[in-house]
Amino acid sequence: MNPHSLARAVLCVFRRDLTVALRRSTDVLTPLIFFAIVVSLFPLGVGPEPAMLRALAPGVLWVAALLAAMLSLNRLFANDHADGTLEQLLLAPHPLTVLVLAKTAAHWVLTGLPLVLLSPLLALQLGLSAEAMGTLVVSLALGTPVLSLIGSVGAALTLGLRGGGVLVSLLVLPLYTPVLIFGASSVTAAVEGLSTEAHLSLLAAFLVLALSLIPWATAAALRVSHD
Amino acid sequence: MYKYASPRNFYHLAGRLLPWLTAATVMLLLAGLYLGLFVAPPDYQQGETVRIMFIHVPAAWMSMFVYVLMAGAGAVALVWNIKLAEVFAAACAPVGASFTVLALLTGSLWGKPMWGAWWVWDARLTSELILLFLYIGVMALQASIDDPRRAARAAAILALVGVVNIPIIHFSVEWWNTLHQPASVSKVGTPSIHASILIPLLTMAAAFKAYFFAVVLLRMRPAILEREKHTTWVAETVEESA
Repeated sequence: MNPHSLARAVLCVFRRDLTVALRRSTDVLTPLIFFAIVVSLFPLGVGPEPAMLRALAPGVLWVAALLAAMLSLNRLFANDHADGTLEQLLLAPHPLTVLVLAKTAAHWVLTGLPLVLLSPLLALQLGLSAEAMGTLVVSLALGTPVLSLIGSVGAALTLGLRGGGVLVSLLVLPLYTPVLIFGASSVTAAVEGLSTEAHLSLLAAFLVLALSLIPWATAAALRVSHD
Repeated sequence: MYKYASPRNFYHLAGRLLPWLTAATVMLLLAGLYLGLFVAPPDYQQGETVRIMFIHVPAAWMSMFVYVLMAGAGAVALVWNIKLAEVFAAACAPVGASFTVLALLTGSLWGKPMWGAWWVWDARLTSELILLFLYIGVMALQASIDDPRRAARAAAILALVGVVNIPIIHFSVEWWNTLHQPASVSKVGTPSIHASILIPLLTMAAAFKAYFFAVVLLRMRPAILEREKHTTWVAETVEESA
């Protein structure tokens, strides 16, 4: 492989982000533990009746996953911004959109994927049926990459700003609503024994749309933040 | 036309336009309110409360129109690097947000007698609420960046992402609403609106438009002066008026 090829650059960025994050593995675990704690708080808040918990489960799991995904956003660019790596990426001869996509993919592997893998356990706690659990995993697997992608715009826009953490939630959470609606309602439909195909297809459509449009916006935002 | 793309010429043009726009706002508003509150007939089901519509509907129209306008101005600012478009987009956000708040408040006031509750998770109210959050995001981003150029470009990118999302949010909220709530709310009026209601409605819409442009010009003028404060024409203008 040509040492300067785009594929190689993408692979390098992706692998580097994974390595750096795994060296600081508590960073990877924090959003996961947050996810588990938030889901466990709900029974304490609304009471332990299984019927009610089952009814609330899709919404609770999805909202908790959404918040956990959002909390991890500052990790996406902040450290690279602080140590100058991001500047090197901006100067690289490769298109920034593709490099951004590689970084977002690494971010998803570190935050979204663990959420997807942990979700069946938490769904069990809330008494979700096996059928619905499969839908939950599929819907999260389709939805969390969209959350990472939308979040990357927010993270890029708030780079180096005061109050960046709270600000990013203000920017990103309203944009998350369609994913939340279709993610949670797919699980609800599965609980009720209805077809989930329409919901999951729409989530997949969001993913395709986000994959093709968002990296441009994130790259533009990074350039603005570095002016 | 190009002459007015320069901040200096625009500043003076805005100064000349403002009295006319203000007069148009006052006249249209008075006419619209008179037609809406006294001339238009009460609804046979909703009675007098239907008159809230003459504020609520134009405000809701404006809230969406202003967001699209702001995103459009943001795109122009990003692509062609036009300062005026940046100033315009920045001036739009708070005005659009206040139209959204007005639409939400009047919707809630209208909802109380109609639905028996101050807040109903109706599809349109919900997407209007999310629109308000989008406006607040743009304003918060603008406020937290000190450099006006960077603030304008960041807000423009956010507004563009938002404008792509608005139809998606709207349709998902509508879908969500029909899933969770069987259609309990009947729409106001039949598909064809009678002229006695349509005319005051359109008059109010025109009044809101005139108000919007007047307020935006009013907000743009000091913003232009601030941005151009290092130029001689600003020094001259300020000296003249002092």
